[in-house]
Amino acid sequence: MLKYIFKRFGIMLVTLWIIITLTFILMINVPGSPFNSDQSSNETIQANLEAHYNLDEPYHIQYLLYLKSIVTFDFGPSIKQPNQSVNDLLGRGFPISFELGMMTIIVAVISGIILGIIASLKHNGFIDYLAMGLAVLGISIPNFILATLLIQQIAVNLEILPTATWSSPAHMILPVTALATGPMAIIARLTRSTMLEVLTQDYIKMAKAKGLSPWKIVFKHALRNALMPVVTIMGTLLAGILTGTFVIEQIFAIPGMGKYFVESINQRDYPVIMGTTVFYSAFLILMLFLVDIAYGILDPRIKFHKKGGE
Amino acid sequence: MEKILQVENLHVTFSTYGGTVKAVRGVDFHLNEGETLAIVGESGCGKSVTSNAIMRLIPNPPGKITNGSILFKGQDLAKFSEKKMRSIRGVDISMIFQDPMTALNPTLTIGTQLMEGLREHQNVSGDRAKEKAIEMMDLVGISNPPERLKQYPHQFSGGMRQRIVIAIALICEPDLLIADEPTTALDVTIQAQILELFEKIQVKTGISIILITHDLGVVAKIADRIAVMYAGKIIETGTKREIFYKPQHPYTKGLLNSVPRLDLKEARLTPIDGTPPDLFSPPKGCPFTARCPFAMEVCDKVYPENTELTGSHQVNCWLQDERAKQLIKVT
Repeated sequence: MLKYIFKRFGIMLVTLWIIITLTFILMINVPGSPFNSDQSSNETIQANLEAHYNLDEPYHIQYLLYLKSIVTFDFGPSIKQPNQSVNDLLGRGFPISFELGMMTIIVAVISGIILGIIASLKHNGFIDYLAMGLAVLGISIPNFILATLLIQQIAVNLEILPTATWSSPAHMILPVTALATGPMAIIARLTRSTMLEVLTQDYIKMAKAKGLSPWKIVFKHALRNALMPVVTIMGTLLAGILTGTFVIEQIFAIPGMGKYFVESINQRDYPVIMGTTVFYSAFLILMLFLVDIAYGILDPRIKFHKKGGE
Repeated sequence: MEKILQVENLHVTFSTYGGTVKAVRGVDFHLNEGETLAIVGESGCGKSVTSNAIMRLIPNPPGKITNGSILFKGQDLAKFSEKKMRSIRGVDISMIFQDPMTALNPTLTIGTQLMEGLREHQNVSGDRAKEKAIEMMDLVGISNPPERLKQYPHQFSGGMRQRIVIAIALICEPDLLIADEPTTALDVTIQAQILELFEKIQVKTGISIILITHDLGVVAKIADRIAVMYAGKIIETGTKREIFYKPQHPYTKGLLNSVPRLDLKEARLTPIDGTPPDLFSPPKGCPFTARCPFAMEVCDKVYPENTELTGSHQVNCWLQDERAKQLIKVT
């Protein structure tokens, strides 16, 4: 197990390095520079600024400097807001984005699984059709449409919940709902179909023959086996939720990381681009790693190490 | 001998889009205490449905027990509520399934699956349950039980898994064991071991066994009595000797003729021509008529009455009728 984790860590670092390098290549190939928009600045000032941020160095030196900044986790100050370091921006934005993302995942997973179980147990009944109808809606409506709809109906027309920002639990309901509905629908549909398959297995019949209660049969015997495919798609869903947070943060004016990420690209704020990209990718890679670990915990047949032959 | 189980006039149907399948159509049989009854017949004749009906494990919908009674120790299981039935399953009646490779949950340890029934029904402490589990593992012949309890099904071979399934079925000390083709998925050497295990367990615990199979070799080894099923009905019952040496129904004879024999020179087997009837609309008369070499006009029209040849040997066939016997003599 430990050996596997070390090996995975190595692979994760390589992945991260590839992402960093690609981002760097893309960054230097995008036309424009952080100082282009400043109409007032003349060439001397621009040259001085570029020298200040090492932008006059040849690309390979710049690349090494970037690598160094990443290894030391010091991305330096933002070019556009020189009084703030990239670490400050991340430190301020990440907790909020993390909160939004985590709440979304928890809501999506729990409600998706429950919905899927109910639908599978009431297979082909009214509740099943209702749940799956909702799921189809959830999958087909993009989160930004749902977000605007929710704001318009619930926040503006009914005035039940606040329209935007991120200051109290009540503020969190709408953004989390908007972001969680899609993944929830996917999880619900997947849980339903795998549950239906698992419920016809011999070991479920065996559990019934033991005289176990339906509750135990579903949660102890069926669900764990049915969750395997759900865990598999968690990786993809996580990536979706992560990118979803950019959009949702914009719509609800949530001061998370997404804002800096988008703005930095528009403004060619190189250190911020680098910082946010590295941070987002590192986070996603780590989450995917956790998903793989969870897979092994759920299914004892998955081994992380090879011990002798079998 | 005390009758532990008496099934009377059992009817089971399945509703499908194509119509209603009458899978079991009036089955009567009984099981004495400590006895092994084999229910034999070809695929789709209703053997498994009958055994699942006794456990009330027929998924409803689409399946339904439409008529008949299942008297277990004098109580009619067909009328039991689901909750009451749960206290019977695993405790008084246990079941073993055909394929040990799929009968165990891959994500739970053997120990958990073994002790679960005990914990559910008998309110025993963890230590006591473990003790009992180790005892059962010993009984079914698995070495080093304390270590093996912590392992998962994929760490066991097919034969070992079937032993575990048997241990699970027996852990609450039931009075009746229903084994639905327990050796079909195993290779021949393992089959023999498992059958010996059944005999050993029966001697030790005095349990009554219903054995569902299509393997007459298995039947010859461990059954006391045999019930032959065809198209949802039991057409002949008798002791092992009566069925093997004096089969009366043409179907039983056909079944026995289609088993390879070492003592005959004839190398070719004699199969029964044709296929079983469609159970969406079963024939009014004897369902075997279309395949029967002795079929008469009456066979197709009226289902034959039960003829009692001896106290234990019964058959449903028009050939037993006095008039048919005269006819055979004439021709």
